[in-house]
Amino acid sequence: MNIKDILNGKEKETLFLLGNEAAVRGAFEAGVGVASTYPGTPSSEIGDVLSILASDAGIYFEFSVNEKVALEVAAAAAASEVRSFTFMKHVGLNVASDSLMSVAYTGVRGGMVVLTADDPSMFSSQNEQDNRYYARLANLPLLEPSNPQEVKDIMKYAYKLSEEFEIPVILRTTTRVSHMRGKVELSSLNHAKQNGFFEKDPKRFVPVPTTARLMHQDLVKKIDNITILANETSLNTIHDRNGHIGVITSGSAFNYVMDVIEENNLPVNVLKLTFSYPFPEKKVLEFLETVETVMVVEEVDPIMEKEVMAVIGKHGIHKTVNGKLNGTLPMIYEYSPDIVLEGFGRMLGVEKFSEDTNTKFIPVPNRPPTLCPGCPHRAAYYAIKKAISYLNLEDPIFPTDIGCYTLGVESPYEAADYLLSMGSSIGTSCGFSKSTEQPVVSFIGDSTFFHAGIPPLINAVHNKNQFVLVILDNSTTAMTGGQPHPGLPVDGMGKTAPEISIPKIVKAAGIGYLETINPMNVKKSEAVFQEALQFNGVAVVISKYPCMLIKSRKKKDKRIIMEVLEDRCNNCETCLQELTCPAMYNSEIGKIKIDTSMCRQCNVCIQICPEKAIRSKRIGGDD
Amino acid sequence: MHPHNIYISGVGGQGIIKTSIIIGESAMKNGLPVVMSEIHGMSQRGGVVSTQLKIGSSYSPLIEEGRANLLLAFEPLEALRALSMINQESYVVMNTSPIYPFNLKESKYPYPDPKIILDELDKHAKKVITLDAEKIAKEAGHILSLNMVMLGGAITIPKFPLSEEIVMKSMKDNLPEKSITINLKAFNDGFNVCKAQFL
Repeated sequence: MNIKDILNGKEKETLFLLGNEAAVRGAFEAGVGVASTYPGTPSSEIGDVLSILASDAGIYFEFSVNEKVALEVAAAAAASEVRSFTFMKHVGLNVASDSLMSVAYTGVRGGMVVLTADDPSMFSSQNEQDNRYYARLANLPLLEPSNPQEVKDIMKYAYKLSEEFEIPVILRTTTRVSHMRGKVELSSLNHAKQNGFFEKDPKRFVPVPTTARLMHQDLVKKIDNITILANETSLNTIHDRNGHIGVITSGSAFNYVMDVIEENNLPVNVLKLTFSYPFPEKKVLEFLETVETVMVVEEVDPIMEKEVMAVIGKHGIHKTVNGKLNGTLPMIYEYSPDIVLEGFGRMLGVEKFSEDTNTKFIPVPNRPPTLCPGCPHRAAYYAIKKAISYLNLEDPIFPTDIGCYTLGVESPYEAADYLLSMGSSIGTSCGFSKSTEQPVVSFIGDSTFFHAGIPPLINAVHNKNQFVLVILDNSTTAMTGGQPHPGLPVDGMGKTAPEISIPKIVKAAGIGYLETINPMNVKKSEAVFQEALQFNGVAVVISKYPCMLIKSRKKKDKRIIMEVLEDRCNNCETCLQELTCPAMYNSEIGKIKIDTSMCRQCNVCIQICPEKAIRSKRIGGDD
Repeated sequence: MHPHNIYISGVGGQGIIKTSIIIGESAMKNGLPVVMSEIHGMSQRGGVVSTQLKIGSSYSPLIEEGRANLLLAFEPLEALRALSMINQESYVVMNTSPIYPFNLKESKYPYPDPKIILDELDKHAKKVITLDAEKIAKEAGHILSLNMVMLGGAITIPKFPLSEEIVMKSMKDNLPEKSITINLKAFNDGFNVCKAQFL
């Protein structure tokens, strides 16, 4: 498949699409005019695909500086009668939540969809919060597709719903839906209106106490009306298999339930709630009356389970609700067919429902992700640790942030001691600086600095803090796949854009010490870090070197290889133990070797070898 | 009917997701229902990568433990790690060239000896097919064609639901034109090396 097929594919054509790609097609079919995001896995590919296709589709797309701004861009577009789409990972919605609460009050004119990609089991996140709570917190309709086809179709439905009730709609996926691939049959495209007109109506769009009180009344009325729809919609379907057991489920969990009951031929009726908030009480009540026992299967929190209990309590029904709360199903983490099968076993009192899987396997070493060969972060970590040891600084604290460099938590770098969220490296450094006597060295990436690093930096200077901030500028948003950010001369649609200078921002914040280093120059970097560590106040060091994965980077010189001189190498393992580059290993003959196919010629190992046993060698030409 | 389940495992950067898309898309174009799961993000920085394909009737893309018909392992250690996915009727197609985890020095367990790996796989599978995909890929013209060597090997197992021609068509749809000759050679070489092990 060519990525352009997502836009150019014709009605009735089928494509093998990722859930995230299907969301993009859904946006095109719905006639979305404005789309915005801050990259975050598991939602990142939506932005990557839009970045390629938005121009051709005639829609505006941006990588916003953070999720709050992304949501605000979309809200304003929707207030101007343009259909808008904003999407983010689950924790991104925390950042956007301040404005989300208000746009629920103001409502929208053009349709607005907020897609949140939750990450049960935390494949690439700091938590597994269940964003279905946000639908309840903001009082917004919630849709939960189970597969790529549904993602696309429900995107379209969401815009209709949003416009009919003038309310933003939340679409919740999870990793296994976002990163599930399946057959998607396309529908026709709708023309994207990119330009609207904002008609003023302060009573509606400016929530101050007097207007907000009325807005809240309106919101409650809207949700009451939408409840009728949620009870009647065909999105909430009963799979009647003549069973006496009833399962209520949604999203990815629905898939597991269906596979398990079909495979094991269980007497189970299933109520699939795709439109799950406002909770379709009437529909659930009718379903409950047809079954003897009920089980709620959902990822992550027992949200629908409690809703079902409320329905049961309200109507005085006597039925046991099985699920997370009575231990039938696990309370946390992603589910799977095996987990759901065990749940059925527990509920039905069948001791060993699943086949005997008592097979023993030999234990194997784990393989955690690590910084790539040639990664500039590794060099920066090496240099700062050296500088700290030269100065004999004791008990340094390393607040860190969200990005590839969080992998610095691993040995031997151990340069990550405290992490909360995007931008927290600097805010928590302020706290450590005031509440301890320990030296504080904190790390933040370039994209994360723009996202949430600037206000805490201003806070740090104003409140006279004492710490070193290292801005690891690798000229990309690396962890999520290399998206641009405001520090680069290109925007989300691939057009040239003004570069925002990190050093200028830092200076403007009143920082007294600012140096930019090339981390691949180890000695110089160590010297600068030593200076910064002795500075009285907040010192900023910008460690600037491009990520080895970005395409624009200098190509590897195939005529050069790194070589360990066997007569000089005494196998002291300084390189392996202090640098730990994945391209270096200890060979059978007790000498260090470099895997030339992995090596990126960063030259850092040459600089740190105490025996001067590593050199770069020209091959194929004169030596 | 039970779906034909393929579990693919290896290390980030080996082209596992592309391989899976080629299989999945050819199944879809051949009129077979297919779902697939892939993991993106942090796990790709030199960590374990796995995908799961279910060809045939299935709602979820996750394979139940012990239910993979084929374990396509791009790396020996990752073959061992995925052993719980197979049963005594399953086939394993494994690349024998290892990629050592960076933190092996601190690991509680050693990287197992190739003989131990093979014995362990033999114990749990119906048949284990091995090939040095790295060497075959390099000989075909580029190390990056390793994934197509593996794909060629995969389709040799009995009852693989897709024919050679269909998979090759899907390769042409999904790989850059400039590298297609190398990739097709890699695919054929992988196929031949594995096919011979069934004779």
